[in-house]
Amino acid sequence: MGGWAIAVHGGAGIDPNLPAERQEEAKQLLTRCLNLGIVALRSNISAIDVVELVIRELETDPLFNSGRGSALTEKGTVEMEASIMDGTKRRCGAVSGITTVKNPISLARLVMDKSPHSYLAFSGAEDFARKQGVEIVDNEYFVTDDNVGMLKLAKEANSILFDYRIPPMGCAGAAATDSPIQMNGLPISIYAPETVGCVVVDGEGRCAAGTSTGGLMNKMMGRIGDSPLIGAGTYASDFCGVSCTGEGEAIIRATLARDVSAVMEYKGLNLQEAVDYVIKHRLDEGFAGLIAVSNKGEVVCGFNSNGMFRGCATEDGFMEVAIWE
Amino acid sequence: MVGWAIALHGGAGDIPIDLPDERRIPRETALRHCLDLGVSALKSGKPPLDVAELVVRELENHPDFNAGKGSVLTTQGTVEMEASIMDGKTKRCGAVSGLTTVVNPVSLARLVMEKTPHIYLAFDAAEAFARAHGVETVDSSHFITPENIARLKQAKEFNRVQLDYTVPTPKVPDNCGDSQIGTVGCVAVDSAGNLASATSTGGYVNKMVGRIGDTPVIGAGTYANHLCAISATGKEEEIIRGTVARDVAALMEYKGLSLTEAAAYVVDQSVPRGSCGLVAVSANGEVTMPFNTTGMFRACATEDGYSEIAIWPNN
Repeated sequence: MGGWAIAVHGGAGIDPNLPAERQEEAKQLLTRCLNLGIVALRSNISAIDVVELVIRELETDPLFNSGRGSALTEKGTVEMEASIMDGTKRRCGAVSGITTVKNPISLARLVMDKSPHSYLAFSGAEDFARKQGVEIVDNEYFVTDDNVGMLKLAKEANSILFDYRIPPMGCAGAAATDSPIQMNGLPISIYAPETVGCVVVDGEGRCAAGTSTGGLMNKMMGRIGDSPLIGAGTYASDFCGVSCTGEGEAIIRATLARDVSAVMEYKGLNLQEAVDYVIKHRLDEGFAGLIAVSNKGEVVCGFNSNGMFRGCATEDGFMEVAIWE
Repeated sequence: MVGWAIALHGGAGDIPIDLPDERRIPRETALRHCLDLGVSALKSGKPPLDVAELVVRELENHPDFNAGKGSVLTTQGTVEMEASIMDGKTKRCGAVSGLTTVVNPVSLARLVMEKTPHIYLAFDAAEAFARAHGVETVDSSHFITPENIARLKQAKEFNRVQLDYTVPTPKVPDNCGDSQIGTVGCVAVDSAGNLASATSTGGYVNKMVGRIGDTPVIGAGTYANHLCAISATGKEEEIIRGTVARDVAALMEYKGLSLTEAAAYVVDQSVPRGSCGLVAVSANGEVTMPFNTTGMFRACATEDGYSEIAIWPNN
């Protein structure tokens, strides 16, 4: 018991027919990010700094739905959001409607550290970014060919896609082997939300959490999901750090991240019990997953969706990267 | 005893005891009027969700509260309004931010809840959504009052919000008058135990453009489930960190506290002194209105005949 621990995720609710090479790519990215975090923790970098640097890596890699590689809005643009929370003193920062900031999680951190507010959005957030001198790029930087293809499919299906990591030419085949599993009313073959997140407890027992996303494929411009909402997608306290992913509306209604800490604080549950409890009792008909660490150096992943891209490691040498149950 | 109950607020903050009559009386009158409206609606069997919405609409329309008309101004002298609404039975919710022309933000939040698969829409897109649905919009100047122009000037002069963003926020000076007034809200429960909450605000005086507060964040400024409904007001960043509205319900659910105990606990322990107030009702028809600020514009009534309109602590 005690010691540092870290977990990362790349989204919950995965097509069981996801091609093997995509699964492998995802696992490699998760492993790489985990290792980045482990090296940092071993050099005594604080939990909040580790969360930020790991999520930056996830945002920069185009594989998952955050930063570069974000899902596209109905207009074919990218609108990103992120939040970060430091369990010590429960300081937090969040951003939404980000279109030119290369690493939204770092902007969220600046909101927390350098502004008198907790949450900035759209043009106000972009202005703040420029004043802070963060790295700015064109919106096109975030747009990948894969996602342009996905958006087209989504419009044809006239539905919201969380994401869909199977290459466009493969989708006809995938449709033929449609699983009966559904997320948010859509067949799982055209759903795979890859919001990213990271939770860390450092050697001093300090917890931190962060989440970053491009949101839903074909979403309305201006739609805000659970990822930037403190208490929904992200939460950290003296007890734990939590990052959630999945059906955003379900996560918001459940105040999922906050509830993990609340049942520990108010019911005296331990981390595993708390995660099991909220996944079982708080999601109603919604599907989601979460990663969590406790101030005792524990790490737990929980989900009621079909799989969750995840990885976790603890100071005593435990390490695991997984997709399915 | 299970009956209907309703509570509403017009903001918690550093409301000076010597608030002049010309500022106090119109607000008290408005609170009374809104309470009466809400009570009539409940008596006529309107669902709590409708009641919470119509009371908040009324508070938004009143220019003396920081919501809708009468919203405080951003650092650029503009209005950016936000609101949220939640139905306790289904836990469906809706939220909006960054509104500049929508006459009743709380109604747009309700529309987001009922007419989209989403929960939260903001800024230009929320405005476009409003127009697409024929929601009433007006020129932004409608919302701006001389009082708020004066407040903004005062805030800039006292530099209440550091604009260089490189140092922590300074403590608010003692003589800030009533410039801390933030948010309106309403919670209601019917005799069947259906609960609803709605909150609306112009935000924080001299706020950065694009700044979002606690009001549209479900679990912070607004929350409702099968046990209770809460609407919070005060220092918005503290309410977000403290997940105030959700915590009242969580204490009831997970620690078995009563509504009054849970609400008192949150206001005393989860947020700093001088930062927060809330109104809450329970499925059992109880009502509570705790605050740790100098005052909170508030009103409540229950079916058994109790009613109260107040600004400062009762003792």
